[in-house]
Amino acid sequence: MNFQQMILTLQQFWAEQNCIVVQPYDVEKGAGTLNPMTFLRSIGPEPWNVAYVEPSRRPADGRYGENPNRLYQHHQFQVILKPSPDNIQEIYLESLVRLGINPLEHDIRFVEDNWEHPGLGAWGLGWEVWLDGMEITQFTYFQQVGGIETNPVAVEITYGMERLASYIQEKENVFDLEWVNGTTYGDVFHQPEYEHSKYTFETSDVKMLFTLFNMYEQEASKAMEQHLVFPAYDYVLKCSHTFNLLDARGAISVTERTGYITRVRNLARHVAATYLEEREKLGFPMLKKGGEIHG
Amino acid sequence: MAKDLLFEIGLEEMPARFIRGAMEQLRDRMIKWLDEHLIQHGDVAVYATPRRLAVLVKEVAEKQKDVHEEVKGPSRKIALDENGQWSKAALGFARSQGADPDQFTFKELGGTEYVYVSKSQTGVATSTILSAGLLDILQAMNFPKNMRWGSYDFKFVRPIRWIVALFGSDIIDIEVAGVKSGNITRGHRFLGKETVIGQPADYVEALRKGYVIADVDERQQLIQQQINSLAQQQGWNISVKEDLLEEVLFLVETPTVLYGTFEESFLHIPQEVLITSMREHQRYFPVLNDQGELLPYFVTVRNGNAEHLDVIAKGNEKVLRARLSDAKFFYEEDQRLDIKDALSKLESIVFHEELGTVGDKVRRIRRNAEKLAALLDVNTGVAESVNRTAEICKFDLVTQMVYEFPELQGVMGEDYARKAGESDAVAKAIFEHYQPRFAGDAVPASEEGSIVSMADKIDTITGCFSIGIVPTGSQDPYGLRRQAAGIVQIILEHKLPVTLPALFDIALETHQHFHDLKRTKDEIRKDLADFFGLRIKKTLADHVRYDVVDAVIASGYEDVVSVIARGEALMAAINGLEDFKTTVESFGRVSNLASKASTEKVRSDLLTEPAESRLYEAWKSVSGEYRQALQERNAPEALRLLSNLKDSITVFFDTVMVMAEDETIRANRLALLKAMDEDLKQFADFSKLVWA
Repeated sequence: MNFQQMILTLQQFWAEQNCIVVQPYDVEKGAGTLNPMTFLRSIGPEPWNVAYVEPSRRPADGRYGENPNRLYQHHQFQVILKPSPDNIQEIYLESLVRLGINPLEHDIRFVEDNWEHPGLGAWGLGWEVWLDGMEITQFTYFQQVGGIETNPVAVEITYGMERLASYIQEKENVFDLEWVNGTTYGDVFHQPEYEHSKYTFETSDVKMLFTLFNMYEQEASKAMEQHLVFPAYDYVLKCSHTFNLLDARGAISVTERTGYITRVRNLARHVAATYLEEREKLGFPMLKKGGEIHG
Repeated sequence: MAKDLLFEIGLEEMPARFIRGAMEQLRDRMIKWLDEHLIQHGDVAVYATPRRLAVLVKEVAEKQKDVHEEVKGPSRKIALDENGQWSKAALGFARSQGADPDQFTFKELGGTEYVYVSKSQTGVATSTILSAGLLDILQAMNFPKNMRWGSYDFKFVRPIRWIVALFGSDIIDIEVAGVKSGNITRGHRFLGKETVIGQPADYVEALRKGYVIADVDERQQLIQQQINSLAQQQGWNISVKEDLLEEVLFLVETPTVLYGTFEESFLHIPQEVLITSMREHQRYFPVLNDQGELLPYFVTVRNGNAEHLDVIAKGNEKVLRARLSDAKFFYEEDQRLDIKDALSKLESIVFHEELGTVGDKVRRIRRNAEKLAALLDVNTGVAESVNRTAEICKFDLVTQMVYEFPELQGVMGEDYARKAGESDAVAKAIFEHYQPRFAGDAVPASEEGSIVSMADKIDTITGCFSIGIVPTGSQDPYGLRRQAAGIVQIILEHKLPVTLPALFDIALETHQHFHDLKRTKDEIRKDLADFFGLRIKKTLADHVRYDVVDAVIASGYEDVVSVIARGEALMAAINGLEDFKTTVESFGRVSNLASKASTEKVRSDLLTEPAESRLYEAWKSVSGEYRQALQERNAPEALRLLSNLKDSITVFFDTVMVMAEDETIRANRLALLKAMDEDLKQFADFSKLVWA
C-alpha cells in the first residue's frame, strides 16, 4: 500500500466512525496536537470527532536528508474523539486491519506512555502502540489541555505515517517509500529536507527570529484583549515554531529555555481559558446539535 | 455452607510497573473486607495480566458469623439511684447500646457488681452485602497515576471495560463507570474471545482456553523455561535482568519467546550501548557467549502464540537496526566532540538552581578531591590523575549518547576519554566515580575513582543539606541516602584513614569558598552527622544485632572503619565466647562505680589491697596496647585485651571494699575504676547490650 493510499484509507475509515475529516492546518507546528482542531476543541463539554493528516515540523530533527529515519518534517495522522468511546481500542485495531495489518500475524502491544506538553499545559495517559517492536501510534486520553481539566475526556490517536509506511512497504529508508506508484517520498521531500536542515542549523537569522518571537507574542496578547481566540492561537503557534527554530540553532541556553517555554505556556493557557468562555457565551452550540454524549 | 468468590476487573492495558502492587492491594483489601465483615473464607489467590486484575477466594461462607457479646456498663451503685430506679448513667448506657434497661443483668467483677447487656447479632447472607463490598474494594484501589475517560466521573489506572463478579454461579451486581458486572470474561485480545465463567473455580482454565495464562508465577516460569531451552539449543548465555523480566511478564498474556539477529558490524559499538538500547528501548534480552561477549542476537517475548514468528522476528530486526544505526551515529558524532568544548558546555547545564551549574559543581569536586588526595597522602602520580579525573568526570553529560541513555553516564565518559588519549587511570576513574551506582554495586577499585567519587557525593549531600534539602520519610529525590551509603562503603572497602567530620569540613569549606551558605556550618554538620549515623547503623544492622549497633555507635562513629570493626568484633565475641556475658558484667560493675568518681588520676602509693594493686597492674599492662589496637582499627585485638581484665576485675570486687571509710582510699579506688571506664568507653557502651 503506498503512502497516498494509506492516507485515503485512514480518512475513509475514520469518516465511517463519524469523524469530520479536515485538512492540515496552515500554520507551522511540531505536532498534530497543536492544530486548533485538537488543542482548542478538546476543551469543554462539546462532543467532537475529527481526523486529519498533519505535516509536523521538528527543526531539531532535521538531518539534511541523510538519515534514513529522521526528518525535519514528518506526517502524522491525527484522530480526536470526544468523549472517548468505550470500544476505542477495538476501533483503532480495526483501522490497522484496513491498512492490511492482521493482528494474528503480528505482535501488537499497548505499552505505557504518558504524554506531556509543558508548553501547552497539557498532559494525558495512554500508550505507545507497538507493532512487532516498532512504535506506530501514540494513544492518549487527554486529562488536561491548556491547564484545563478535560470533561468529557478526549482520546487522541496519532499514527506515525512514515514509520507505519516503512513497515508496510518493507523499506529501510524513508526516502525510498512509495508515495504513489512511480513517485517516491524522496522525490517529493528530499530537497526540502536538505534545505530546511541547512537553513535551520546554518543560515537562519537568529536576531530576526528573536524579534519575531517577541512580535508574535505581543500580537497574540493584543488579539486576546479582543477575545479573538483563533487568531491569538495562530500567533501562539508561530511563537512555538520560532522557539523551535531558535532552539535547534542552539541560540537558547538551558537557563533561558525555561523562560521561553513559560511564556508560550502562559499564552496557551490564556487562549484555552478564553476559548472555553467564548464557547460558553455561544451556549456550547455543538451540545445543542444533539451530539449524544456516551456513558 | 460456602461458595467460591471471583472478582475480575477487566481493563485497557495497565502500566506493567503498577501491576505487582495492584495484586497485593487487591488481595489485602479482599481479605480485610471479609475479615471485617466476619465472613469465613479459605485460600485467596490473585491473578493479573496487562488487561485484568482478579481475586479468587475459596470457600467463602454464605452467611456472616453470628455475634454474641456481653458489654459491661456502670457499676450497680451508679446504675441505680437511691430509689432503686435506673439512673441517668444507666439509661445513657442502654441508649448507647441500643438496648432496653429491662435486658440488663448484674455480674460481679473483682468484688463489684456491674450492669451487663448481652447483645447478639445474627449474621446476614454474604450475598446481600457482597456487591457493596466489591464496589468498595474496587473504588479503594489506588495507583501511582490515575485517569478519567469518556464522560464518567471516575478515576482508575486505565479504563475499566468489563467486570466479572461471581459468588458460586450467581452474579453479584455492581456497576462502575458504565460497566455492569457479569459472568463473561475476555480472552487474549486477538486469539481469544468472550467466555462465560460458570463457576469461580473454572476461571484459570477458561482463560487458558482463551490464550491467557492468568497465573503470574506460571507465566513467569513459561517465559523462563522458553528462554532456558533456547539458550541451551543455541549454546547462548541469555542475560535476563530481573526487572526487565518482571516488566515483560506484565506486557503479555500468552508468552512466546523468539529471537532475531542484527548485523555484526554494530558490534564495534561498546557493548553497554548495544545492551542498553536493546533493553531500554525494545525490552529485548541480550545474548552473550560464555566469555560474556555480546553476540549479534536478541531475544524477545511475543504476546501471542507461535504462529508467524518469522514475520515478527523480521519486524523486530528492522526496528533494532534503526535503533542501532542511531546509536552508531551518536557514537561517531560524540567522538568528534573535544573534551574541552564539552566542559565549556557544562557551564550552561543547571545542576540545581541554588547550587549552580554542572560547571560549578565540577569546580567544587576538584577542590574536594584535591584536599582528599592530600589528606590521604597519595603519591604525586595519583594526585595528578585525581585532578584530571575531577576536572573531566562530567564531560560525557553533554554527549548525544548520554542524552539518549542517561544510565550510560560514566560508561561513555570512560570510552570517549580513552579514545581522546586520556590515561587509563583517568578513563577508569571517570567510570568509577559514579560507583556504587545502586545497592550491591561495586565500589571504585582505584584510588582515583574512590577519591573523586567521595568528592562528588559529599558535594551533592552537603550542598543539598546547605539549602535545606534533607531526605525525610520516603522523600529522597536526589538519592542522597544512596550516595551517603556509597561513601560509607568506599571508606570501609579501602579502609581509608578519613573521618566523617574531616570529610564534612572539606565539603563545607568548598561550598563556602564559592558561595555563601544558607544555614550555619554547625547546623549542617549536625544534620550530616545524624544522616551518616543512620547509614552506618543500617550497614551494621545487616549482620550485627541492634543492641550491639547501639553499643558501638555510642562510642562514636567519626571513624567509619573503626565503628564497623568494633561492631563486628563485639558481635563475634557475643556469639563465640561462652563466658563473654560475665566479662561484660564485670565491665558493668566498673562503669557503675566509675560514675561516682571525681578524678581518673590513680595514685599507686595509695593502693593498699593486693587485689587492687593487681587490677591496677593488669590495666596498666593492657591499656597502652589496647589504645594502640584501637588506633590501628584492630577491634578483635582491642576487645581481647579488654577481656583479659575480667578475672582481675572479679577478684577486685570480691575482695576489695570500694566504698572504704577512708576518703582518700575510696577516692583512689574510684579513680582507678574511672580510668578503666574511660578505656572501655572507647570501644562501646557495654551497658546497652541486652542479654536473653
